[in-house]
Amino acid sequence: MVGIVAYGAYVPRLRLNRQAVYDANKWFAAGLRGLAKGERSMANWDEDSITMAVEASRDCLTSHNAEDVRNLYFASTTHPFKDRQNAGVIGTALSIEQNLLASDVGGSQKAGTSALIAGLNASKGGAPSLVAAADKRMARVASANELNYGDGAAALLCGTENVIARLVGHHSVSMDFVDHFRGDESDFDYGWEERWIRDEGYSKIVPPAIKAALGACKLKGSDITHFIMPSPMPAVPRQMAKVCGVADGAVRDLLGATLGDTGSAHALVMLVDALENAKEGDKIMVVAFGQGVDILVFEVTAENAKLPKRKGLSGWMARRKEEKNYMKFLAFNEMLPIEKGMRAEFDKKTALSVLWRKRDMIYGLVGGKCKVCGTVQFPRSQVCVNPNCHAVDSQEPYAMAGLEANVMSFTADSLTYSPDPPAYYGMITFPEGGRFMADFTDSDKEQVKVGAKMRMTFRIRDNDTMRGGFKRYFWKAAPV
Amino acid sequence: MARGIKDKVAILGMGCSKFGERWDSGAEELMLEAYKEAIADAGIDANQLNAAWFSTAIDEVHVGKSGIPMSTTLRLPNIPVTHVENMCASGTEAFRGACYAVASGAADIAIALGVEKLKDTGYGGLPGGRGGPLQALWSANGTAPGNFAQLATAYMTAHGVGADDLKRAIGHVSWKSHQNGAKNPKAHLQKAVEMDTILNAPMIASPLGLFDCCGVSDGAAAAIVTTPEIAKAMGKQNIVSVKALQLSVSNGSESGHNSWDGSYFHTTRIASKKAYEEAGIKNPRSEVSMFEVHDCFSVTELVTMEDLHISETGKGWKDVLDGFYDADGKIPCQIDGGLKCFGHPIGASGLRMLYEMYLQFQGRAGARQLKDPRIGMTHNLGGAPRENVSSVAIVGRYE
Repeated sequence: MVGIVAYGAYVPRLRLNRQAVYDANKWFAAGLRGLAKGERSMANWDEDSITMAVEASRDCLTSHNAEDVRNLYFASTTHPFKDRQNAGVIGTALSIEQNLLASDVGGSQKAGTSALIAGLNASKGGAPSLVAAADKRMARVASANELNYGDGAAALLCGTENVIARLVGHHSVSMDFVDHFRGDESDFDYGWEERWIRDEGYSKIVPPAIKAALGACKLKGSDITHFIMPSPMPAVPRQMAKVCGVADGAVRDLLGATLGDTGSAHALVMLVDALENAKEGDKIMVVAFGQGVDILVFEVTAENAKLPKRKGLSGWMARRKEEKNYMKFLAFNEMLPIEKGMRAEFDKKTALSVLWRKRDMIYGLVGGKCKVCGTVQFPRSQVCVNPNCHAVDSQEPYAMAGLEANVMSFTADSLTYSPDPPAYYGMITFPEGGRFMADFTDSDKEQVKVGAKMRMTFRIRDNDTMRGGFKRYFWKAAPV
Repeated sequence: MARGIKDKVAILGMGCSKFGERWDSGAEELMLEAYKEAIADAGIDANQLNAAWFSTAIDEVHVGKSGIPMSTTLRLPNIPVTHVENMCASGTEAFRGACYAVASGAADIAIALGVEKLKDTGYGGLPGGRGGPLQALWSANGTAPGNFAQLATAYMTAHGVGADDLKRAIGHVSWKSHQNGAKNPKAHLQKAVEMDTILNAPMIASPLGLFDCCGVSDGAAAAIVTTPEIAKAMGKQNIVSVKALQLSVSNGSESGHNSWDGSYFHTTRIASKKAYEEAGIKNPRSEVSMFEVHDCFSVTELVTMEDLHISETGKGWKDVLDGFYDADGKIPCQIDGGLKCFGHPIGASGLRMLYEMYLQFQGRAGARQLKDPRIGMTHNLGGAPRENVSSVAIVGRYE
């Protein structure tokens, strides 16, 4: 029996107040007033789809061993790299490389569900598959998309042991219905008229597919307890459900008021939301539209209630900071030619050969533990750092990404270049041993104190814009 | 411990350029300004120099690599010129090289010259972005103020010192240096500043404000050294000799091992202890007449006075507030204005500290002349509290 065995999610801490966006843009686009409600998630400057997918994957793997994963699919329409496997970065960050098939899935809003179907099929024989989906879509200033989109990620572990949601069946149709597109030469979506999308797209493509899926699963629409269907048009999921006999009460909230539409990740984000609230026996239908439609049907098992606690979508949603500064949103997204000063000009060229040699240190935050004296240290070095040991070639790899650290000393630096000044950084120490001078992220003045507990998080350290945007990733410390 | 070089080397002459934003000069002009004064003071010509040590720290923004820039600028007679770099302690490194050459007998007369021309970068503060390709991938994106600000955070935590008390103490450190710098015609900043101005200045890296940070200066300084015997034979009076030179370099334990609490300089404690031993000083608090320490930041000076074993650990801030280190205090510190006001052209700073000592011992310090100083100590630090090179020198009258 294949199905989902664990879930995880990630939502950036910042929530952009839509009224603040509207207030800045209403002189130009007064028609957006109806959308000026609630808030959308907003990635910090050091977050992208890879970093969010890493966080969601870590959340998902709370109770599972990363090294058991045999397939890793990463769905996004905003992969940071066109040629360099994005899923491979996630794998290295999770310290899984060996025996791993990693694959990027993209190109459509249903990339998340397509990746999930691939993951479930790959796990039929028992090999666990991790499916991560994340999107951080750009939108033009004063557009509806700018208000509707959100940044976020979900991850699902597929397998055959301790299944929390059994796959009942899946069904897909693929057709080149272009409701919108994002060409290779643009950062932004270009969309056609909504009424046409609704009448000729959703209404004609989705119901037959749902009915086919229900038939294949030997279910009726009324059997569905959770109906998940992301759509930029909030009324559409209810219409589709109604046509297919799915109870109106089964249609799940699109999370638009508090999160926004997380793109190709959104179907899986909503699935995590449903799993957090589902009971044994519940039937979950996931419908993702985008040049066709993917449909998955799950039945929740008794294992769902036994899944060890994790942050999940609700946990990350609860970690929230309102952002009313629209200018900051624009600057974080490189939509504003802000004066960064000469300190922003320092060359960020990455020595790829060094990155390869040290990838477990840089991407995995793997330090060392001395076999002679037991001292944990970062980075791992050939000569033990303990002044009373200094044993040579004595260290074994020691994973530190999952450890909590304490702030020993810190500063808020207004001199160094940071996209979000002042830059907080400081010496963090791990109770197990080991310390290093770390950049802090998602930090406020009130939170950063000597002795504060910090959690390590995978982030963008630098962006080498001179070479087409090579993102340097490393781990930062964020208040617990 | 090794035998040491106490009284084996004497300073024959010194020179120091005007420090400051020397828009009029490149590194070459600054070098020559210090060199001309030193060579005239020593009463020799270039052909009497046997060897040279040349210090810079950020030469990629001015002279570049090797000993050639010094040899070419000064038209030295094809003698050995060794280019040294040890971050902000580079100046004392050049001096150490020249002294060791003389002490060993490899040279009769050697010169140490340090220079830094920083005001051609187009922005304030030190150039960043150095460090190797691995460091660039993981070390925090910090600055010097940010690294030293953490010394203040950790010091307050370790000793239970309140933020207001520390702010006043480090404010007094800078206030005192401004008082002293006002009397130094070669200093970059020659203006006394009110305490209120210091305490209310904008933050650079909390808790360090603008006046807690030394500026970035252009400048050069030089020392010509020989043996006391040669100096005497040349008819020199009031000979100043080297009593001790010690350097301690971090080995990663502070930055990587949890035994260090961030509140002190591990290396300075070691280097100063060895230096007192080399110089035969038993009780530094009563034997040392004056200090020139590496006050790159006000808190650095405060903590350093504890690590030099002058103030009790955790109590240095009280000595500072009591005026112990003021010009009219028990042991004046930074009587020339220090890095804070004389300025900090990196590669020259260690030599600049020795220049003030030399003038004071010879009674040539003008308006800031101290009464009868006998022993002086310089402390020249490179790097950050967690990883640094700490260089100390003790000089005094040759008796």
